[in-house]
Amino acid sequence: MSRDPGRRRERLDRGIKARSDDIFAIASIRDLAYVLLPRLLAVLALLAFPLLEAVVSPYWQTVILNTLVIALLALSWDLLASAGLVSLGQSLFVGAGGYAAGFLNARLGLSPLWTIPLATVGGAAISTGLLFPLLRLRGIYFGMITFALPLLLMRVIETTGFLGGTEGLHGLTPLPGRTAELYLMTAAALVTIVAFRRLAATDYGLVFRAIRDDDRTVLAAGFHIQWRKAQAVLLAALPACFAGAFVTHRFQFVGMTAFALDYSILPLTSAVVGGAGSFLGAVMGSFILVPLSEVMREFGSLRVVLYSLMLLLFTVVLPEGIFRLLVRKYGQFERLAPLPEAGRGR
Amino acid sequence: MSESILASTLVYGFVNSVALMLTALGFSLTFGLSGVANFAHGGLYLLSGFLAWMLIHWLKLPFPLAALATVAAVGALGAVLYRVVLRPVRGIVLSEVISTFAVGVAIIELFRWKGFTTYDFSLPVFVEGGVEVFGVSLDWHRVCIVGIGLGLTALLWAFTRFTSTGLALRGMSQNESTALCLGIDSDWAAMLSLALGSALAAVAAIALLPLGIISINTGYDALLVALAVTVLGGLESTPGMMVGSFLVGYATVLTGNTIGPRWNEVVYLLAIVLVLGLKPSGLFGRSKELEDRV
Repeated sequence: MSRDPGRRRERLDRGIKARSDDIFAIASIRDLAYVLLPRLLAVLALLAFPLLEAVVSPYWQTVILNTLVIALLALSWDLLASAGLVSLGQSLFVGAGGYAAGFLNARLGLSPLWTIPLATVGGAAISTGLLFPLLRLRGIYFGMITFALPLLLMRVIETTGFLGGTEGLHGLTPLPGRTAELYLMTAAALVTIVAFRRLAATDYGLVFRAIRDDDRTVLAAGFHIQWRKAQAVLLAALPACFAGAFVTHRFQFVGMTAFALDYSILPLTSAVVGGAGSFLGAVMGSFILVPLSEVMREFGSLRVVLYSLMLLLFTVVLPEGIFRLLVRKYGQFERLAPLPEAGRGR
Repeated sequence: MSESILASTLVYGFVNSVALMLTALGFSLTFGLSGVANFAHGGLYLLSGFLAWMLIHWLKLPFPLAALATVAAVGALGAVLYRVVLRPVRGIVLSEVISTFAVGVAIIELFRWKGFTTYDFSLPVFVEGGVEVFGVSLDWHRVCIVGIGLGLTALLWAFTRFTSTGLALRGMSQNESTALCLGIDSDWAAMLSLALGSALAAVAAIALLPLGIISINTGYDALLVALAVTVLGGLESTPGMMVGSFLVGYATVLTGNTIGPRWNEVVYLLAIVLVLGLKPSGLFGRSKELEDRV
């Protein structure tokens, strides 16, 4: 990168991007491919993955399952963040969904076919109810409360022995096989991505972003912002509680680990590494982070150090995240342009 | 008998409250002076404990020298933290929180990875022996803690009111643009407040860790305590922080004596959740802060 004082770097859209953005009625195959290919490839890769049992070892299938769990949590984080609610405790939702599924299965004897949907909705309702009185808070104060709440619930369960206490709930019904698990999670992730991206594009999603940017103005425009925020929490809690319920049935166990820091810091790091605000960034972040952390499993808790350092690095150095960077490289090129005369004096 | 229980609750509650205040002092000072919520506070607290231990046991330094070196080193680290990590994201509150949180977790988990998890890490007490206070036996170290806690608070109060540096820092926290006009460097002020806050975390660690062994989770607990106490009193308000620590301090001792010590953490967390939920500005917060929070 040259530091020529008379020139500046500028970014321009590639020709194919300009064409495929605007003139879609007469798009050529090449333009269509330019727009659709990256998306199709990603979706096909996800859908084809469970079929590759011959090639991919069960170990890596498990890794991808973990990745998808974290991806759902990161998507949920991103939706909350789009409404200005920055969560430092996604494990709250994992715990809510997980314990709801565990309770329904262990105490009422329902099958996973019922517990997972019920826990998704019920867990989301419970966690929204817990957060509802606290939704007036914003910024770091909401972050603090979400940091404290899962820890609080964990301690309460530990000290009261409620829902199995330190032992947790054991011997829950397993899910029918690895391929089914993979397809379930893949479907959940794809549905969530599409739904959230649609949502963000509607006026309804616009209100969320407006609350993030300037809640007073939204209030002045006649919206009930606390009610809107509660809706954002409920929507964001759905995939996260689903992930919690899924994890419960997968391990046939739910315990205090559901509220562990890992479920909070990994989605947060994924969203920051991939880039917040686009949902795809959050998913991409989890697909980078979780396999990477599996590779580093032998380093033990050094992994957590590395996530934290990545979180730090991306927050400070590349706040837009990897996804935005890639989109920019895909759609634009950079060149050095001469500065206009007026700018040279400085 | 019940009288002696009452006396011991009162005395130990007082010590406990001062200990909480000492833990939270650095966090509260940094937030009050520069508006940075230093979530690395717990990490720095733990780091100071282990650093002092390493200086004593590996370099064979005498305890007072090791303590001074630790405070100086951690203070300098706070300044570096500001220069390297916080300056690029200054003003973006959430990035500040996320990056300091990341630093704190990185420090704590680094020690866990390095195997600092056994029971042989502890710092020496300042003075051996004990004394009777109101019929309750109290060791000298706890008396020292009370002295350090109250002394430091008084010292800081005087520092921010009567020295030009302290006044400059307060001016910066009250009205940044006016302070800039008067020639106070914003970066310098924030760096100084971070350094001071970190040094205070080190002081707290050196004073409080001799009471037990240094375990990894002390780091998270210290952050939790700092959050609970400062949130309870109102984040920017030093008197609020003191009242907050006395409320939480007596509450934990009471629950510890009546229900069981396992409930201590529940008390901190409940304090955070209830206060933020019911009265977001804290007990002593002002309306100006309210605007930032709600």
